[in-house]
Amino acid sequence: MLGATVTGLALAPQRSRADDTSPAPAPAAPVRSAEAVDIVLQVNGSPLPLTVEPRTSLLDALREQAGLNGTKKGCDRGSCGACTVHVDGRRVVSCLTLAVRAQGKAITTIEGLAVNGTLHPVQAAFVAQDGFQCGYCTPGQIMSAVALIEEGHAGSDAEIRSWMSGNICRCGAYPNIVAAIRDAAQEG
Amino acid sequence: MQSFTLAAPNGLDAATDAGGRGGRYIAGGTDLLQLAKDNVETPDRLIDLEPLPLTDITVTDDSLRLGAMARMSEVAAHPAVVARWPVISQALLASASPQIRNMGTIGGNLLQRTRCGYFRDTGFACNKRVPGSGCPAREGENRMLAILGTSEHCIASHASDLAVALIVLEASVDLRAPDGTTRTIPLAELHKLPGDTPHVETTLRPGELITAVAVPASRAGMRSHYLKVRDRASFEFALVSAAVAIDAGAGTVHDIRVAAGGVGTKPWRLPEVEEALRGHPLTPKTLADAAALAGQGATPATQNGFKQVLLRRAVLRALQTATA
Repeated sequence: MLGATVTGLALAPQRSRADDTSPAPAPAAPVRSAEAVDIVLQVNGSPLPLTVEPRTSLLDALREQAGLNGTKKGCDRGSCGACTVHVDGRRVVSCLTLAVRAQGKAITTIEGLAVNGTLHPVQAAFVAQDGFQCGYCTPGQIMSAVALIEEGHAGSDAEIRSWMSGNICRCGAYPNIVAAIRDAAQEG
Repeated sequence: MQSFTLAAPNGLDAATDAGGRGGRYIAGGTDLLQLAKDNVETPDRLIDLEPLPLTDITVTDDSLRLGAMARMSEVAAHPAVVARWPVISQALLASASPQIRNMGTIGGNLLQRTRCGYFRDTGFACNKRVPGSGCPAREGENRMLAILGTSEHCIASHASDLAVALIVLEASVDLRAPDGTTRTIPLAELHKLPGDTPHVETTLRPGELITAVAVPASRAGMRSHYLKVRDRASFEFALVSAAVAIDAGAGTVHDIRVAAGGVGTKPWRLPEVEEALRGHPLTPKTLADAAALAGQGATPATQNGFKQVLLRRAVLRALQTATA
């Protein structure tokens, strides 16, 4: 019970497949409740019309409705960072962001980092430095790392570790994650 | 999570009017939505504060004014805050994670609920969540909980680092009521002791909204420091924290304010330490003797007696750092 939000990460994704190599599933037909609202999100540069309830998290809207399941659900309580995305250039946890409050803002997910099939330098650095094992936390780690470098917090390994503390890796790939961020920051 | 509606008010009047009719305010949402997902909070009508003009950070010669919706990360990085009220920046940067700091707000931080595991798990009794149901923390898992300001009904510790920093700066809070009237109260009067009504946590009136926090400028504030002691280096709540603001020009302590976090049921000022230093020469011995007084009246539970010793040491270290 105590500390469960930190240690009891329920790493069971909503779908049985945790990898993203398969085509995105067709968005589920939304069940229209009394409170449902029609919104348009700006995700990775494109408008994304959705019907959501006010309580729908940005995370669930992305994964369950938009089929953008690169963003991962770990704890669903803001403790693990697996669901990190950028909203107007700032890294946030999408599990504690209401989708309706994200209207009118520029949302970037892991799917929006690569340009024309070329990996973002931070993605390439994670590959080069082997910055992951199971890969479940990796999209959140990379989104957080991209923001960290833009914030100017990659000055030392200690600073990187401190400013990556919102992203947990239960495989313990931390040394390689720090190395990847250090490399990507130096390249930039 | 229970379903709710979300109203986007077109101004302060609309917001507090809706608050007066029973709606709940949502600021950054980082605590409220956690609690709602666990059914600890079950709001049915939320009022979105994001559209309101409450995000400004205003600096004058005499004061700092933080809009209630200013983000933790923006306040922490503000050059004037870093230079003139460093304890605020340090407390914020010691709070939560970078992502949460990009979402969490100044007003919301002050009103965050306790991290007591019994409060946050509806499978247990909790006098704060269900008045009269009991307090399993007293004989249970209480290592993280309070040693000061407790009652037989509640020993939940207050979780805000920012509030501890702000009470040594003698900050005040601007409030707005549903009828449009405003008032300003010292932050030290915002939070209540649990007593026999631990579910009543603040002196806010029904529907009242925090609109801003005002912080006076002071020489002590410029020489302020926040020390947080916790189980891991970052993204963790305090076991014990200490905030110090001191003006000790020419070797004499003219102005001294000390407070602690992680130990109290509300942000905890330490007048016993302040009185032992005020007007006295600033020496290693006076600092050590004063810090040794911290935590008078403490009533530890079964697992958190170590906090008494840790508090004295944290206060001394914070005093030493602020005067180094």
